[in-house]
Amino acid sequence: MTTTVAHEADHHGPPTGIGRWLFSTNHKDIGTMYLFFALTMLFLGGASAMVIRAELFMPGLQFVEPDLYNNIVTNHAYMMIFGAVMPAAAGLANWMIPMMIGAPDMALPRMNNLSFWILPAAAVMLILSFVVPFFPGGGSQINTGWTIYPPLSVKVGMSMDFLIFAIHLLGISSILASINIIVTLINMRAPGMTMGKMPMFCWTWLITAFLLILVVPVLAGGVTMLLFDRNFGTSFFDAAGGGDPVLFQHLFWFFGHPEVYILLLPSVGALAHVIPAFSRKPLFGYNSLVGSMFIIATLGMVVWAHHQYTIGMSLGAVSYFMIGTILISIPVGLMILNFIATMWRGSMTFETPMLFAIAIVIMFTFGGLTGVMLAVVPADMQYHDSMFVVAHFHYVLLPGALFGLYAGVFFWLPKWTGRMYDETLGKLFFWTTTIGFNLTFFPQHFLGLAGMPRRIVDYNVQFLEFNVVSSVGALIFGLSHLVLLYVIIKAVWGGKKSEEKLTPHVWEGAKGLEWELSTPPPFHSWTTPPAIK
Amino acid sequence: MLFNVYSDVPVSQSAGHKLTKIWVAIKYLWGYKLFINSIRKVIYSAATGMGLLWSSVASAEYGLNFPTPVTPIGQSIYDVHMLTMGIITVILVIMTAIVFYAVFTFRKDKGYEADQEFHNGWFGRWSWVIVPIAVLGIDLSIAGKAQPILEMLWESPTKECSDPTLKPEEKDKCYDMIVKIIGHQWWWEYEYPDLGIKIESRYTPEEQAGENYLRDVDNNFILPINKKIRFLQTSVDVNHAYWIPELGFKKDAIAGYISETWGEIKKEGIYRGQCAELCGTWHARMPAVVEAVSQDKFDSWVAQKQAEKQAALAEAASDKVWSKDELYAKGEAIYNVKCAACHQITGLGIPPAFPPLKDSKIVKGPVSEHINIVLNGLKTMPPWASETDLDLAAVITYERNAWGNNTNDVVQPADIKAARK
Repeated sequence: MTTTVAHEADHHGPPTGIGRWLFSTNHKDIGTMYLFFALTMLFLGGASAMVIRAELFMPGLQFVEPDLYNNIVTNHAYMMIFGAVMPAAAGLANWMIPMMIGAPDMALPRMNNLSFWILPAAAVMLILSFVVPFFPGGGSQINTGWTIYPPLSVKVGMSMDFLIFAIHLLGISSILASINIIVTLINMRAPGMTMGKMPMFCWTWLITAFLLILVVPVLAGGVTMLLFDRNFGTSFFDAAGGGDPVLFQHLFWFFGHPEVYILLLPSVGALAHVIPAFSRKPLFGYNSLVGSMFIIATLGMVVWAHHQYTIGMSLGAVSYFMIGTILISIPVGLMILNFIATMWRGSMTFETPMLFAIAIVIMFTFGGLTGVMLAVVPADMQYHDSMFVVAHFHYVLLPGALFGLYAGVFFWLPKWTGRMYDETLGKLFFWTTTIGFNLTFFPQHFLGLAGMPRRIVDYNVQFLEFNVVSSVGALIFGLSHLVLLYVIIKAVWGGKKSEEKLTPHVWEGAKGLEWELSTPPPFHSWTTPPAIK
Repeated sequence: MLFNVYSDVPVSQSAGHKLTKIWVAIKYLWGYKLFINSIRKVIYSAATGMGLLWSSVASAEYGLNFPTPVTPIGQSIYDVHMLTMGIITVILVIMTAIVFYAVFTFRKDKGYEADQEFHNGWFGRWSWVIVPIAVLGIDLSIAGKAQPILEMLWESPTKECSDPTLKPEEKDKCYDMIVKIIGHQWWWEYEYPDLGIKIESRYTPEEQAGENYLRDVDNNFILPINKKIRFLQTSVDVNHAYWIPELGFKKDAIAGYISETWGEIKKEGIYRGQCAELCGTWHARMPAVVEAVSQDKFDSWVAQKQAEKQAALAEAASDKVWSKDELYAKGEAIYNVKCAACHQITGLGIPPAFPPLKDSKIVKGPVSEHINIVLNGLKTMPPWASETDLDLAAVITYERNAWGNNTNDVVQPADIKAARK
């Protein structure tokens, strides 16, 4: 693994102008576009979260009407899940997978272009679904939450149709990206790189891609049935016409639960590179980590109904879903063990990516543990649809998905740009984010236990104090992202490249093919396949 | 003199002075008590989070845990909740301690050399067996504790306690009464099928409810204590969920389906909760209040309700021709309770979802069309055909004459009766 391809870029540089981006078939350019798209949506979704917390700062209706509040809650979820986290993970995949496996590019470059350029169209649809009700004749707002359960979603105005089409487009984009990643990983690995030597980020994305292909069509089918119920007089989900409103919940969560792992796994992959690099020793338990990812994905596919214990399933069904859900703690526990054991007896330093990784191990564990509480059916009869659930899934998804992506971005950013990011600001971002995050979501556990339901615009004064704390935390959390923005802008555009020449390896402990390329890497990654030891 | 004092102090102290100013501003903005309370709660929450099973002690004062359950099932649920919470707290503390130990010990700046062969040691070879077995043990003990409670909770009794075919071993699994909980956008209807009583329960406006705003209703759900009650939930429009934390369970109320739960309230009192499943615009304004009373009080309440019902039925059934003023006054009272949530007391509505009634084409147009919409509903508006002829006539009369609509139309119960055919 010694090939250093430094001068490739000279005789075949990137095209210039807008065409470089519109017609791009280059995995790095498409990866960059994915990441900037995700960053934009992160700020839109974050802004909506700020409005939610501002409204809940005090009892009473301060800033938004109830329908607008529910509309913002709905949009916050779609922007964050489909707009921010999934494209960001796809961006990392695009950038890193060819570099990691010794390939010149993705296997299907034109499809790569298509799968990205569907996203802005989907984002327009999504934003339209938010703003259309404000125009004359635009109908009522989406007041259903992201779960869009009928019959409520059938009663919403045309903005729901925009949302359904947005989901279709986002689904098509994810499926195309998944096909591309699977084909790349199966066919484009450098000679000598067996599946068993594949980097962990590639493994987690391979599993994620299969999950996406399996579950996204189910969601697409479900929302299409909803579309038909709304516009063409069918009654799939209308009990009056022989349908079943609960059927939609099953279809939605058959997608919705694996979706959690779709968001989680790429970040786990990134962590499996970050932690060994800053512990300066190999990843502990490569095989068992791959195995546990497989088990997480498999079990994750068959426990969806724990999101809907309260609908009145049979005793046998809920017992099964309870046991199945609790069993997921086994592979997750193994994963956490592998991360801690990788740090154990390492020689650790604490740059921003590593700080994130350590915080994730603790906070994600906590989110996973409250997940065990939620899995217990009798107790879930209390937790269900309360703020406890909100606290739980933010503890899982923010550390598990978003912070993992931050760790990955900070880890690979110097490689991509050829400039080291500002370490002081990076650490400032880490601490403000972590403190703000915990301040926001930890008190919500207590709100839920005390009896505050989720998705309410106004609450009784008994819930005041924790909501104040939560809103103050959210403000810190939100503002800290301005630091992130500045760090990224500075690392991408600031300073002169020649002044701070980075070695190909960037980090002392970084290992893998991607670090053998020059920093920043050439436009085409591995034009000749590297030799694998 | 004062000026001199401040000009002499070192920089750090003058910064402290600035902080005092900020502190005063914060006190002014938030209210001193609120702020102190918040900080106190943060400290308490941190203590509990680190913490321990004694959060149940603190719960009474600070709302950190579930309210004390008042049903046996609620108590079992509370117990399994405390068990799992205890287990996860212990695991979290151990895990965090290990991570912190690693972070403070295996540091490069302390000169610690990485052990490159660690993953090849005995722990590396066997951890993938040891850890899953340990986790499985914990999982099974939680599931094992939960399963019997689940079975007790899930299988609602199907036989009445007075049923002669009831076997002795089923004595704990029977019900004394059935109540039906029907969710509406955005109020609850409670039905006692065997007693022939229906009550409608809507949120109390802020001016009247005061501190209990959003936790207070006009008509409480009256239930007797020490009776095994079978709850049947359903909905007439969208999904709702009936949640009273003290009763210890919730089930969704789904349009067209019936879900059931059961329980026996052991303690008299007022228990407050609210709708837990997002049901549209005023989801937040759907409180649910259970008032558990002794059997004697319950019986006298039932007698009173039945008498009221008889009187109302007699009044509605009489062929009396009502005057405009009588209908207007009656209609105003009903409108303000049942219609004002959407169309507002001012009749201005909240367009576009809830159209105004003031100067509305329908309200000022033909009477028949107006009656038709009230009876059968339109778009998001539910049908109101289950109301009595008299009530509907009163509301329609009110709407056609209030807020300067002044059509002078008087709709009689007989008109509604005719329109129903």
